[in-house]
Amino acid sequence: MEILYLLIPMSAVLVLIILGVFGWAVHKGQYDDIEREGERILEADSGAVDTDQSQRIRSIKQSAR
Amino acid sequence: MTNHSATASPVYSDTTVRLFSLVAVVYGIVGMLVGVIIAAQLAWPELNLGIPWLSYGRLRPLHTNAVIFAFGGSVLFATSYHVVQRTCQTRLFMPGLAMFTFLGWNLIIVLAVITLPLGITTGKEYAELEWPIDLLIAVVWVAYAVVFFGTVGTRKIRHIYVANWFFGAFIIAVALLHIVNSAEIPVTLTKSYSAYAGVQDAMVQWWYGHNAVGFFLTAGFLGIMYYYIPKQAERPVYSYRLSIVHFWALIFTYMWAGPHHLHYTALPDWAQSIGMIFSLVLLAPSWGGMINGIMTLSGAWNKLRDDPILKFLIVSLSFYGMSTFEGPMMSIKTVNALSHYTDWTVGHVHSGALGWVGLISMGALYHIIPRMFGRKQMYSTKAIELHFWIATIGIVLYIAAMWIAGVMQGLMWRAVNPDGTLVYSFVESVKATYPFYVIRVGGGLLYLVGMLIMGWNTVMTVLNGKAVTTSIPVVHAHA
Repeated sequence: MEILYLLIPMSAVLVLIILGVFGWAVHKGQYDDIEREGERILEADSGAVDTDQSQRIRSIKQSAR
Repeated sequence: MTNHSATASPVYSDTTVRLFSLVAVVYGIVGMLVGVIIAAQLAWPELNLGIPWLSYGRLRPLHTNAVIFAFGGSVLFATSYHVVQRTCQTRLFMPGLAMFTFLGWNLIIVLAVITLPLGITTGKEYAELEWPIDLLIAVVWVAYAVVFFGTVGTRKIRHIYVANWFFGAFIIAVALLHIVNSAEIPVTLTKSYSAYAGVQDAMVQWWYGHNAVGFFLTAGFLGIMYYYIPKQAERPVYSYRLSIVHFWALIFTYMWAGPHHLHYTALPDWAQSIGMIFSLVLLAPSWGGMINGIMTLSGAWNKLRDDPILKFLIVSLSFYGMSTFEGPMMSIKTVNALSHYTDWTVGHVHSGALGWVGLISMGALYHIIPRMFGRKQMYSTKAIELHFWIATIGIVLYIAAMWIAGVMQGLMWRAVNPDGTLVYSFVESVKATYPFYVIRVGGGLLYLVGMLIMGWNTVMTVLNGKAVTTSIPVVHAHA
């Protein structure tokens, strides 16, 4: 089963890449204010969209302190 | 959405969405027609008419390629180009390259329609196309990835909507699967040999085959689910948090389940067991996603009664739940000893294909097509309702017939007399299956009739509408 020497390392590398992308998503604040994001697609028609919500969230957090 | 005819405001790049959604309907009709023909050939073998190009062995890969890659693929192109623009609120990255993916994908389909009936095939299931076409697929797929990820990269919204994660994973995984599994050594223009041999080839093939189902027919269509169900129901997804968990859990586990296609073969026992365990684990994220999608209608169940498009979308999820329960169950070795090589497997595949992939595709197309042609809804809502019921009855007939036939075959094949000889010869099991093959033809025929109704409805919608551009909402930096 030499083929497993290809498939298993490849799958393992893939898992590491997936982990990396997951880490990127978490640290970039993709999942801050998460339930709000589910509603956003329904509001697209209104046109009012905040591009930089991470700043907004930070300012909310700071004012909370 | 507001429609502008003569303004300079930026508009979405929808030409490829429009084209892909129209060819999807055409390919759906063709692929399902070929399916009905080969189903009839199993019941009445004379229907191959003695013509080699129409024999079951050549038409069957034509059917699978037509429904998976031509119909399903076109739906995925159309919806992903539609969703990624709306959720990122930006135009497609390089619309010219998107048009190249449309032309290239259709060229691939035409080449498949020519080569498969001629008997030109690699013999690898769901990867039958020969090496020149494989190269073309790779080129088109890279272009697709550039367009999709380019659009995500130039998005105007910080958050990447969950549907785009599913589409993105589908695009990357299919590229990887295709390149590894299609590694082959060309001999002539129309003949190549796999780079792997024997059981190695079988393992690569089912690593590919299973993940093609997992990423092409599941992840991609989950992307469709997470955009079009909330849009059609006009409610946010039940739990957005759960949809994120669903995504990561699914892609972490899917890649490892392939060996369950090779139970009781020359594949080492431990590899079979790993495949079985990961298949069982997969039940959790699958059902989490299904419940999340269905519960989106929580508190608004009346919409399900009034809106046939929502019926398509929600019932597709219940078939997703059914087949993602059935799949792990069939991957258990003792169950697999009964089910493998029987028509139960065929029934399982079709509850996923007709029920999940088919219905959600039709629901999404019914959502997109009128919007692409400047209408609020399809030409006839009654025809959508009729299509839904005909298709659902067709699926139930199909999968019930295959369940009964499969279990019966499994029991007949394993039945032994006290002296150790087999109770039934193989042909006796074939004879006993005959009535179920006939019922299956009936179910498939109903499903095809539903698709023809959709074809008529689409033609009438397009004739009574006109292609419109949709302007991109103005983005404010600080709302």
